Amino acid sequence: MSAHSSAQPGLPVLPGALFGSRQGEITQVPSPLQRAVDVTFRRLCHAFAWFTILLVTFIVLRIAMSAAPAMREQGWGFLTGRVWDANAGQFGILAQIWGTLYTSILALILGTAFGVAAAVFLSEGFLGSTIFGLLKYFGVHLHPWWGRLPDQIERILKELIELLAAIPSVVYGLWGIFVVIPLIRPLCHALHEHAGWIPLFSTDLSGPGVLPAVIVLAIMIMPTVTAISRDALVSVPVKLRMAAYGLGATRWESIFAVILPTASRGIAGGIVLAFGRALGETMALAMLVGNSNQINLSLFSPANTLAALLANNFPEAGPREVGLLMYAALVLLGITLVVNIMGAFILQRAAKNAAE
Amino acid sequence: MAEPLSNPNLGIEDPFAGVDFSELEHSLRRPRTFMDFVLNGLVTLMTLSALVPLFSVVLMLLWRGGKRLGLALFTQLPPAPLETGGGFGNAIVGTVLMVLLAVLLSVPVGLMTAIYLAQAKQSKVAEVVRFAAKVLTGFPSILAGVFAYGAIVLTTGGFSALAGAVALSVLMLPTIVLTSEDALRMVPSRMKEASVGMGATSTQTVWMVLLPTAMPGILTGVMLAVARAAGETAPLIFTALFSNYWMWSHGEVQVLQPTASLAVLIYNFAGMPFKNQVELAWAAALVLVLFVLIANLIGQSLSNKQVQQG
Repeated sequence: MSAHSSAQPGLPVLPGALFGSRQGEITQVPSPLQRAVDVTFRRLCHAFAWFTILLVTFIVLRIAMSAAPAMREQGWGFLTGRVWDANAGQFGILAQIWGTLYTSILALILGTAFGVAAAVFLSEGFLGSTIFGLLKYFGVHLHPWWGRLPDQIERILKELIELLAAIPSVVYGLWGIFVVIPLIRPLCHALHEHAGWIPLFSTDLSGPGVLPAVIVLAIMIMPTVTAISRDALVSVPVKLRMAAYGLGATRWESIFAVILPTASRGIAGGIVLAFGRALGETMALAMLVGNSNQINLSLFSPANTLAALLANNFPEAGPREVGLLMYAALVLLGITLVVNIMGAFILQRAAKNAAE
Repeated sequence: MAEPLSNPNLGIEDPFAGVDFSELEHSLRRPRTFMDFVLNGLVTLMTLSALVPLFSVVLMLLWRGGKRLGLALFTQLPPAPLETGGGFGNAIVGTVLMVLLAVLLSVPVGLMTAIYLAQAKQSKVAEVVRFAAKVLTGFPSILAGVFAYGAIVLTTGGFSALAGAVALSVLMLPTIVLTSEDALRMVPSRMKEASVGMGATSTQTVWMVLLPTAMPGILTGVMLAVARAAGETAPLIFTALFSNYWMWSHGEVQVLQPTASLAVLIYNFAGMPFKNQVELAWAAALVLVLFVLIANLIGQSLSNKQVQQG
């Protein structure tokens, strides 16, 4: 910036008058116009910040108000009814609530097991040390290109797992229909034949069902668990790890006794957030769960979820059904809000603890 | 080592007196070491098997979707059940248009909110806003659709691209707010102080110092939000619905008509018994995943730039 520019002082410079400096000076007191712009802009930012808060409130109110007539009409019976039949005029969402919770909890168990394992694998330098050992064997571990390989491969692996989260859920649904269901059907059939007395296998898989939905759902929430758990594991102080090794603990003794307990709050927050995601996930479930209102422990029977109910019935809903669906949406909103606020709260406390 | 220490003449006790050295042997015969070995293998196996779905999805997309890849996909309309051929040109246009509209709606709001958050770090309002944004991050996408249905579809009286865009922008907003705030905060405070010291008002500081410096980070957030929104189906099925026709007629773009999108096309055609439509669903999935991945990659490369600056 030249202090003495050649522009004539008499000419109006519009953007400069609003945001920039006056010609010929570097430092200066803001002009009244600039001050007015400043105050307006700051108020505007403040207003938009409030807008975000109001938006959340408005969304909740909008759904609640649309649901209010149906709530008055149906009362609590809506939550305990098992039949959704527009022709008979009977509406209940107990089967959907059950399906939502059942699939989410099963997917959470599966997704957490694999997600935390992947987080430990990525944060404890398993791959890095193995490759480093290999490189050392060949004597190239200090080579400028080969020496960077361990870090690079770990980073690529981490990004590949994050990529799992980038694939749209409708694509997972498509993949589930044409790959997962044909793949697991023979196995499910055999399990039903030979172990049908176990409630989990009491029906046969006839196409869509709980198990394919759970598998796909677990794949979708795993990256969330991995990313948050890995952050928590990496932020465990190095001296704790070193102290454990110094006392003679093996790698897994120190992981189980020191590292996982220290990171437990962060991991728990990640798991709760993943649970919230599983509860609200729609497309993969609408395509794979079978959309049949049953309450059944069997992994192979079709079921239904709240989100799938909304996705299937909203496009053709009449005014009366819209109210009922809004009621169902409100129930889903309530469940996910509680779970998400819990998750955010746990993570916030974990971050505070880590800072201290 | 132990020999001179155990010499009683020195008056020093042997520190290893009670130690059974065979206990410290690092061998797979020891249960501790064996356990370690087994768990190492297990965790490696679990991590690698977590990547199997990714490769399976990508291979299936290339194999089943790649078959139909061609110019016709981008220029033709979706076929009726027993027709052959066809494409999804209108769905691509619809997806791009709705995502663009959603960007136009959510970026100004999100960016201004982020500027407020970065300036007023500790205020009560800022904390509440941050919490609201975090709650919105975990908001089920179908409920954004329910909201847009109640707020736009019911008031305008029909399914439309606008309602779809509103639903998408609700989902994009929290990502934009949170990543932009992070990017704005990473700007070194001495740059801000230098600007203020020269007599700049805080608005001038924001526009001439903060925003240009934080731009790569902000764009990363926008691209990630775009990538997420492009793949969303649930908020679109009952806001934008679907359409078998191009979205312009008589030389005008119809924003208030039902609009096709790639994601809803995949959902509709996946359950069809007709081979042609299923093939199109796979081809649409391939195009959609490419679109999402490119948006993600652009975001990633921009975020690398941001790190170098900070």
